[in-house]
Amino acid sequence: MSRAFVQRLQKYYSFYTGGLVLFILALAVAEYMGMPERWIGWVFMASTVLLYAGIGVVTRTVDVVEYYVAGRRVPAVFNGMATGADWMSAASFIGMAGALYHKGYDGLAFIMGWTGGYVLVALLLAPYLRKFGQFTIPDFMGARYGGHTARTLAAIGAILASFTYVTAQIYGVGIITSRFLDVSFETGVFIGLGGILFCSFLGGMRAITWTQVAQYIVLIIAYLMPVVFLSYKVTSNPIPQLVYGSVLQKVTERENEIMADPAQATARAAYARRAQSIEEQIAKLTSSGEGASNELIRLRNAKALAEEHARPLTHHAEPFPGPDPDRERLNFLALTFCLMVGTAALPHVLTRYYTTPSVREARNSVFWSIFFISLLYFTAPAYAVFAKYEVYTNLIGSSISELPSWVASWSKVGLVRVEDINHDGILQLAELTLNPDVIVLATPEIAGLPFVVTGLVAAGGLASALSTADGLLLTIANALSHDIYFKMIEPSASTGRRLMVSKILLLLAALVAAYVASTKPDTILSMVAWAFSIAGACFFPALVLGIFWKRANMQGAVAGMIVGLGLTLYYLIGVKFFGMAQWYGISDVSAGIFGIPAGFATIMLVSLLTPAPDRKTQNMVESVRYPSLKL
Amino acid sequence: MQLTEKHREYWRRNLRLTGFLLSVWFLLTFAVIYFARELSALTFMGFPLPFYMGAQGALIVYVMIIWYYAHRMNKLDQEYGVAEEDR
Repeated sequence: MSRAFVQRLQKYYSFYTGGLVLFILALAVAEYMGMPERWIGWVFMASTVLLYAGIGVVTRTVDVVEYYVAGRRVPAVFNGMATGADWMSAASFIGMAGALYHKGYDGLAFIMGWTGGYVLVALLLAPYLRKFGQFTIPDFMGARYGGHTARTLAAIGAILASFTYVTAQIYGVGIITSRFLDVSFETGVFIGLGGILFCSFLGGMRAITWTQVAQYIVLIIAYLMPVVFLSYKVTSNPIPQLVYGSVLQKVTERENEIMADPAQATARAAYARRAQSIEEQIAKLTSSGEGASNELIRLRNAKALAEEHARPLTHHAEPFPGPDPDRERLNFLALTFCLMVGTAALPHVLTRYYTTPSVREARNSVFWSIFFISLLYFTAPAYAVFAKYEVYTNLIGSSISELPSWVASWSKVGLVRVEDINHDGILQLAELTLNPDVIVLATPEIAGLPFVVTGLVAAGGLASALSTADGLLLTIANALSHDIYFKMIEPSASTGRRLMVSKILLLLAALVAAYVASTKPDTILSMVAWAFSIAGACFFPALVLGIFWKRANMQGAVAGMIVGLGLTLYYLIGVKFFGMAQWYGISDVSAGIFGIPAGFATIMLVSLLTPAPDRKTQNMVESVRYPSLKL
Repeated sequence: MQLTEKHREYWRRNLRLTGFLLSVWFLLTFAVIYFARELSALTFMGFPLPFYMGAQGALIVYVMIIWYYAHRMNKLDQEYGVAEEDR
């Protein structure tokens, strides 16, 4: 790799970061001079999306290696940033701090799961996949296990996992653009789609890589800035990660006061009575035979909501505070495990390690990936604690007529709700509803920052959703065009034709995903967490055994993928939609806890019962294990 | 392709390193979660220990494991002459 290339990259991105900071400052001045908030939102969105599109145009390519793996010359640090943006989705950026706010310790499964997975990537997969050095994950399956069956199964798994995921990203883009630009949700979806396509359509992996680096810089600045200011406001120390331990102690004290507060008890009792009376209405409706009416669904939701408000408060830092701690612990362990293994098996992340110049750089690159990802994941629990501190000390117990202005502005869009159920004019904790998304989105206002910071946070959320969507769409299009069209249907296709097919499929996949997202499918959104179990059970055992166990053969891998994926889908669909009883109390999100070990066991058993792979395959395994070895 | 004894030793050392680092990863993640309620009485930097481990400690360990693996393996490649030639 040429030094000049790295230096040029460093220069470009330093200028870019400086320019971004100047741009934010300029907008802050403009706001101070009286620029309306709506304009600031538009300027932020339009300029960042145009910038990404511009990078996409500049880095357009017609070369196959450039299109699929960015020419294999992405230096470790930059690949780390690109992986960070690729990896961190709208869920990480906007949803995670909110989940931590609501779940406390139990939410940390996401923090550990989504970072600890990179240990598996680094130790078990990335260097070997880089040495193998093809274009896609199904490529590896095809070469290692031979024949089209393993490759086809892997392509199906890659499309299945990526499609549920990308739909949620495009949905996130629609939410952000519609909220900050005052356009309809559907328009927002298609504006975002334009941004995504501009970039990946012309330049494939090359364009995506350099855009993702730019997007990482936007999203990390946007994520850190509000909480740094909030930390400074609360503790006079601007490094939130260092000081939120003491804030957590204050939160715990406040929790004790709230638990002992009689007004909180009356509010909870009022909600319990409401749940009871709704229960009676439901009983009346069911006995009169109106089994599945919409009214009944509405009542059930209202009852669940009332019950949630009636539930006793638990301490933020207390592990497994519910009525059945052992079961909660088991689910926490299972979820962490599934998220980790799933992280190490999501094809759009693994393909990023094909783009480094060498095995050595691939290893270093995983380090930089986890480093850049940790910057955000380190901060998310601090966000939750600071937000909780603000809410518990400055909001709870104050008069409902004198709540801070951010409560009113977020009530308008339905993300915050206040209800004085015990009619004492004072806000009790039980009377407040906060949508998880509001934690990150409202922190700038809670910290008393100008609107320009809110605009920046929106731009960061958009960057996280766009960058992930780019990587996922390319994975889907490549599985179809490279693995199915080129490798199986038309191996004699010219490079020009291959790229054209890939681009057309990319466009189609994007349109289908946008269409599905614009119908706002509830089920798809809850299926996102499934992508981890699906990917983990389908790929992880076959990938790892393919590298570490020469005896694993085609029959074993095919059987293992079918059993792993099948068992996982059977469990999660059965539990979620058909009321199947849970096994050992494991929730459907962690279905991979059954599918992953079953996949391993099946591959081993079936491989041992069938003939060993031929010499050529064993040579390939050996070549993957030694960086210098040639086939 | 015939592997030499040197190749085999390189692979054995790689496996040992991988196994060791994976057990650190496993213990510091899953054992700490398993005993989280018992460990809650201990505090570290103002946090209850299990909360600290989940929110920061585990992440620091993951970053260190991955750095150490890359560092060791890149050196091992040189030592056993299996490093790819620079391009």
